[in-house]
Amino acid sequence: MNEISLAFSQAAALIAQFDPTLLEIVLLSLRVSLSAVAIAALIGLPLGAAIAVARFPGRNAIIVILNALMGLPPVVAGLLIYLLLSRAGPLGELGLLFTPTAMIIAQAFLITPIIAALARQAIEDAWLEYRDQLRSLGASTLSAAFTLLWDTRFSLLTAVLAGFGRAAAEVGAVMIVGGNIAGVTRVMTTAIALETSKGDLPLALGLGMILMTLVLTLNAAVYLTKEAAQRRYG
Amino acid sequence: MDKLRESALSPSILPLKLENVSFAVNGHTIIDRISFELDAGLRTIIIGPNGAGKSVLMRLCHGLLQPTSGTIRWNVETSLARPRQAMVLQRPVMLRRSALANIEYALALHGIKGAEGRERALEALEMVGLRDLASRPARVMSGGEQQRVALARAWALRPQVLFLDEPTASLDPTASAEVERIVQAIHDAGTKIVMTTHNLGQARRLGDEVLFILGGRLVERASVDRFFKQPATAEAAAFLKGELPWT
Ligand SMILES: Nc1ncnc2c1ncn2[C@@H]1O[C@H](COP(=O)(O)OP(=O)(O)O)[C@@H](O)[C@H]1O
Ligand SMILES: [Mg+2]
Repeated sequence: MNEISLAFSQAAALIAQFDPTLLEIVLLSLRVSLSAVAIAALIGLPLGAAIAVARFPGRNAIIVILNALMGLPPVVAGLLIYLLLSRAGPLGELGLLFTPTAMIIAQAFLITPIIAALARQAIEDAWLEYRDQLRSLGASTLSAAFTLLWDTRFSLLTAVLAGFGRAAAEVGAVMIVGGNIAGVTRVMTTAIALETSKGDLPLALGLGMILMTLVLTLNAAVYLTKEAAQRRYG
Repeated sequence: MDKLRESALSPSILPLKLENVSFAVNGHTIIDRISFELDAGLRTIIIGPNGAGKSVLMRLCHGLLQPTSGTIRWNVETSLARPRQAMVLQRPVMLRRSALANIEYALALHGIKGAEGRERALEALEMVGLRDLASRPARVMSGGEQQRVALARAWALRPQVLFLDEPTASLDPTASAEVERIVQAIHDAGTKIVMTTHNLGQARRLGDEVLFILGGRLVERASVDRFFKQPATAEAAAFLKGELPWT
């Protein structure tokens, strides 16, 4: 009991003092996950929009696969990117394994389906609702597409934030392709796993508190954005 | 000269001619070999019980659906007729923006933007009595207000033909009366009105002629006076007496 409360106060002290090790880990986490979410949004949003409005053979299969990939275990995502980037793999030449770049790729791979699937759902719902109205008003397919993107912007923002939340909280993918090298590829989640097993509870707890705060803030932001949008725009 | 003024001065898109138009979904016939011609001036009411095919017929006329067989022709090329007609859907969809922006959006699609678009949108809102609510998000407005925004959005385009699908179906009497007043004003301004309703009183008040639809077929066409006093078919008589099982 005593030991745990001591760990908590030490963790709080680390945060309050902007402990350099802790700060470095937090910043790398943010850099990796924000880069991954930017890439995933760039791919996932247009992909989701295209699947939402286009009709082509195999569309249903793609939707099922996309939805299934939303639940892809991070360790499996990590393993696949590991195989791709490992010395014997197709992209082994690039020497990216155990670098932050590899971690960004793995997380982007993990969350692109999440963003694409959520965007697809939102845009398709809107498309079904708006299609006849937009056509009646004389919108071309292209301008209808932009109208849909704009009108679903809050749902799309939610999709992107969901992707970020997943990236920031996962440990399996970054552990496998990053290797948890101190000062190079150590991020919050992998550091927590390691420090806990080493028994360095203050650092693990401090990082855990920051991660929790981040995830809570993110979810509150999602919730409030949706609420406000609903009130403001219906 | 902007596109709408051009269209007001251009030749009439009417008459609209339907020849043997059928529409089927998965082999199930919804519209069954309907032929008629719609001319300018008269207010045409499409009447019939729920499920008769009124909405589908109107969507075919407006070009939202393509007939399975038969032809639908305007007096001008379809691409020219398209922008000169408007439709208020049975459930109009408001975009997630203000009432004013909803109308400006429609005008912009017709090439009228900026200050002129704004002015014309405000004028349209004025016409439906909603100028004071111009900046209110359209989706949070009441059903009756949304219906009036939809009317304003259609009217702002100065269509030669306006299709209205059950414009008062889910409105209370006050809101319905207001919608009827607006439809009348649009007619008075020279726009051809084509409207569906299953409200007989409304058909009498707003209509000049009636197309009676039953089971996807055009059963009877008559002036409003004639249709209500002396229906020519047994089906129409039964419908007017409220005896059709589907009403
Ligand atoms: N897109 C569609 N697919 C299949 N059936 C439809 C479709 N639209 C309408 N129907 C059917 O066609 C019939 C006529 O519908 P509708 O035109 O909406 O009737 P109403 O006269 O009440 O407006 C109904 O039986 C309806 O279920
Ligand atoms: Mg209908």
